[in-house]
Amino acid sequence: MNLPISGTVYGVLLNFHGEVQALEPQMNQPPYKAAPRAPILYVKPANTWSAHGAAIPVPARVPQVEVGATIAMVMGRDVQAARSSDAIDSVAGYVLMNDLSIPHASFFRPPVKFKCLDGFLGVGPQLRAAAEAGDPAGFALEVHVNGVLKQSLRFADLVRNASQLLADVSAFMTLHAGDVLMLGCGPGRPLAQAGDRIDISAPGFATLSNTLAPEGSAA
Amino acid sequence: MKHARIVFEGATHDATERDGQLLLADGRLVAPDAVTAWLPPLAPTARPRTILALGLNYADHAKELEFKAPEEPLVFIKGESTLTGHRQFTQRPADVQFMHYECELTVVVGRTARHVKRGDAYDFIAGYTVANDYAIRDYLENWYRPNLRVKNRDTCTPLGPWRVDAADVPDPMALALQTTVNGKVTQSGNTKDMIFDVPFLIEYFSSFMTLQPGDLILTGTPDGVVDCRPGDVIVTEIEGVGALHNTILAA
Repeated sequence: MNLPISGTVYGVLLNFHGEVQALEPQMNQPPYKAAPRAPILYVKPANTWSAHGAAIPVPARVPQVEVGATIAMVMGRDVQAARSSDAIDSVAGYVLMNDLSIPHASFFRPPVKFKCLDGFLGVGPQLRAAAEAGDPAGFALEVHVNGVLKQSLRFADLVRNASQLLADVSAFMTLHAGDVLMLGCGPGRPLAQAGDRIDISAPGFATLSNTLAPEGSAA
Repeated sequence: MKHARIVFEGATHDATERDGQLLLADGRLVAPDAVTAWLPPLAPTARPRTILALGLNYADHAKELEFKAPEEPLVFIKGESTLTGHRQFTQRPADVQFMHYECELTVVVGRTARHVKRGDAYDFIAGYTVANDYAIRDYLENWYRPNLRVKNRDTCTPLGPWRVDAADVPDPMALALQTTVNGKVTQSGNTKDMIFDVPFLIEYFSSFMTLQPGDLILTGTPDGVVDCRPGDVIVTEIEGVGALHNTILAA
């Protein structure tokens, strides 16, 4: 599999204002009891990575999957305790991602069983160089399922912009060259099922397309 | 056989244990004290693709932390940058109130594993090592708990010293396990008290994801965790697998 990523891939929850607003009524209730104080991260291990164009297997027990379209930062050098003012300088480039999950309501426990199925992370075909991409706050993307527009995201709506996210994450762990940090997946995530085609497109980026296939069928 | 990965005379070597010494591939025997650094014994791959870790997998530890025992495995994933080796240093962040070790039997996957039944699970294991899965409890928020601020800090997962071949560990589910802090025993238990045993875990993980050679499963820790301060020497030891030494540094 030829992918423009190599290191550890980290996703982030609740980094779009719309996601936070949707969950706010529950944030002070059990099991959460308080709003999060730091970025909520998760790992998409290597078994989840799928190339552009690949058919992603969906187990028969899973009627629908949730599409988590996002743009991810790929680190060009090690980042430790970065300042928000210059953290963005350590990004080598950006790549589209299709972060699939089995729908689940609770964010109390790590959702490994819901997020780490084989193939459940589509990775865009190309890295877009940071120098060319400019400020990530200007990014926008669209998700089409079977050619129908299902979601539009503007990365000006982030809770932590790219630099702040890098600063807040690198305050407690090092991101190494080659590691990947997603910017967030946004509210209103589309659902899709086996047989569907998912296209994630963003101005300046090569489109990421994957199909969902029943597990066990030929890719 | 016991396998190590060490730095010696400026180069990284795979080594095996022979009569208390380290045998290099070129035939040289090296005394343990002559080793420059011990690295995580990660073979059969240079890098683990996936590091799975169990929370609350011993009933006494679950009780100690005021939770009821989980009904299904509580699993989180760690990034590679948290790993360090035997006789290395782990940073304690400033202004932290409670940072504790967790002595954990660690499974090193040996073969591609998908939809494995528990009766076949041991066929997929290359060997075992010891992890010290430090937790910085100050940061235990109720979002994806335990979150990466608690569990994924640099140098907070020492691993080693050895990867012991599975054939040399006849029953991994009956191994005494203990931790000492500055020579005093603070934690003692036995792997027989795991809630979800190793064959169950192989079956569970491989039911929804493919495990690959070199992937790691850290199987949780029993009760007896205490706060660790800068200067403390922590030894997490598992019968027949090894004694992993680690020293706490002020960050």
